[in-house]
Amino acid sequence: MSKTKQRKDLPGGIITDIGSTARNKTGSWRTFKPVVNLEKCTGCGICEKFCPEGCITIQKVEGYDKPKCTINYDYCKGCLICMEECPFKVISSVVEEK
Amino acid sequence: MGIGLKQFAPGHRTCAGCGSAIVFRHVLEALGDDVIICQATGCMEVTTTPYPETSFKVPWIHVVFENAASVASGVKRSLKAQGNNHTRVVAMGGDGGMIDIGFGAVSGALERGEDIIIMVYDTEAYSNTGLQRSGGTPFGASTTTSPAGKKIPGKQEWKKNIAMIAVMHGAKYVATANPAFWADLQAKIKKAYKLEGGPRLIHIYSPCPVGWHVEPSKTIKVAKLAVETGLWMLYEVEEGKLKINYKPKEFKPVEDYFKLQGRFKHLLGRKDIMEKIESHVREWWETMEKVEKEGINLLKMI
Ligand SMILES: Cc1ncc(C[n+]2csc(CCOP(=O)(O)OP(=O)(O)O)c2C)c(N)n1
Ligand code: SF4
Ligand code: SF4
Ligand code: SF4
Ligand SMILES: [Mg+2]
Repeated sequence: MSKTKQRKDLPGGIITDIGSTARNKTGSWRTFKPVVNLEKCTGCGICEKFCPEGCITIQKVEGYDKPKCTINYDYCKGCLICMEECPFKVISSVVEEK
Repeated sequence: MGIGLKQFAPGHRTCAGCGSAIVFRHVLEALGDDVIICQATGCMEVTTTPYPETSFKVPWIHVVFENAASVASGVKRSLKAQGNNHTRVVAMGGDGGMIDIGFGAVSGALERGEDIIIMVYDTEAYSNTGLQRSGGTPFGASTTTSPAGKKIPGKQEWKKNIAMIAVMHGAKYVATANPAFWADLQAKIKKAYKLEGGPRLIHIYSPCPVGWHVEPSKTIKVAKLAVETGLWMLYEVEEGKLKINYKPKEFKPVEDYFKLQGRFKHLLGRKDIMEKIESHVREWWETMEKVEKEGINLLKMI
């Protein structure tokens, strides 16, 4: 999240609150939800390279020695590129429940 | 932290599966923090900066549709006048903004030898306004202004080659890239960043699933097929010398690429048109490979 604030003393059109689209949680757009099988995920990071939202991080997950694919569902739009591109086919999709 | 997140926040309004968003994440990460971006109107401006929000965490200026390269030239000259020789300035825009409407400004900056990076993210149409045909639209594609009908099967002109046009202006460095080959894309951005003293242009394939009528999950599949069919060549031209960065052992049939995209669906089964496109691609590759093999200095052509 950005640490800056929108300044009020500047003329219109100048945005000082950098990275502020982060307050818009695009996860609400999702119809399909990608779900990672952590047992089988190798942590190769290919899904991370192709996620348009940047909401995949390969990191330490409790209960596993090796880093794994984790998805930030606050922003995941459910495009399922990660599922399509995972070379080990360990991501599946479920219909989002709202 | 995920790729590019230090420079480019999520929460932007690009459609699910947008290839331009994938391109931007890699481009912004490769550019790093010491940069100023001057960006033309288009999807990647409209979706990233709904006032008073912005996805950008590096200095970024929205210009109009026509003048990204002119504004970038001025910003760079101003920085130099202030004694700042390190900050890189990027003129960024889509195919509509850079290949067509802002082309005069791009050509002018190239011709003046401005010390800037020019980046074209090419969705092969005016995506933001509903997919009108642009100079970047490929032969045969159906768009709202080149609709496939009973008589005319989509756009009847070949794609405008902005990379070679930049070479013919004497640009210092020119490269083409594709997000399916993200490491190559990042390496080229870093190279353009490092080089100084003249214009560097990068032309990037940016699939638009909504406009192209592609399943959002297939964005990268399509991008990869563009390269494997030979339709999108990955190459760079440094000081006039051409280097092709990736040569498929055998070209995949153009049909494999077309059948994933609604914009080409009227061409499925049209063997005549597909052959015309494949032979055009073959001749292009033969010519380019000859130039590369013989080490022809393209700058000697001007
Ligand atoms: C002079 C002018 N004409 C038309 C428009 C409307 N307009 C806004 S975005 C856009 C399309 C941009 O196409 P492109 O540069 O390819 O970027 P993309 O949306 O495809 O990413 C158009 C026509 C405008 N903003 N200014
Ligand atoms: S691509 Fe598949 S195996 Fe690799 S990190 Fe992502 S989910 Fe895990
Ligand atoms: S579904 Fe799309 S947005 Fe969600 S994590 Fe996968 S690639 Fe990212
Ligand atoms: S219209 Fe195309 S380029 Fe624009 S945001 Fe949607 S998918 Fe991306
Ligand atoms: Mg476009």
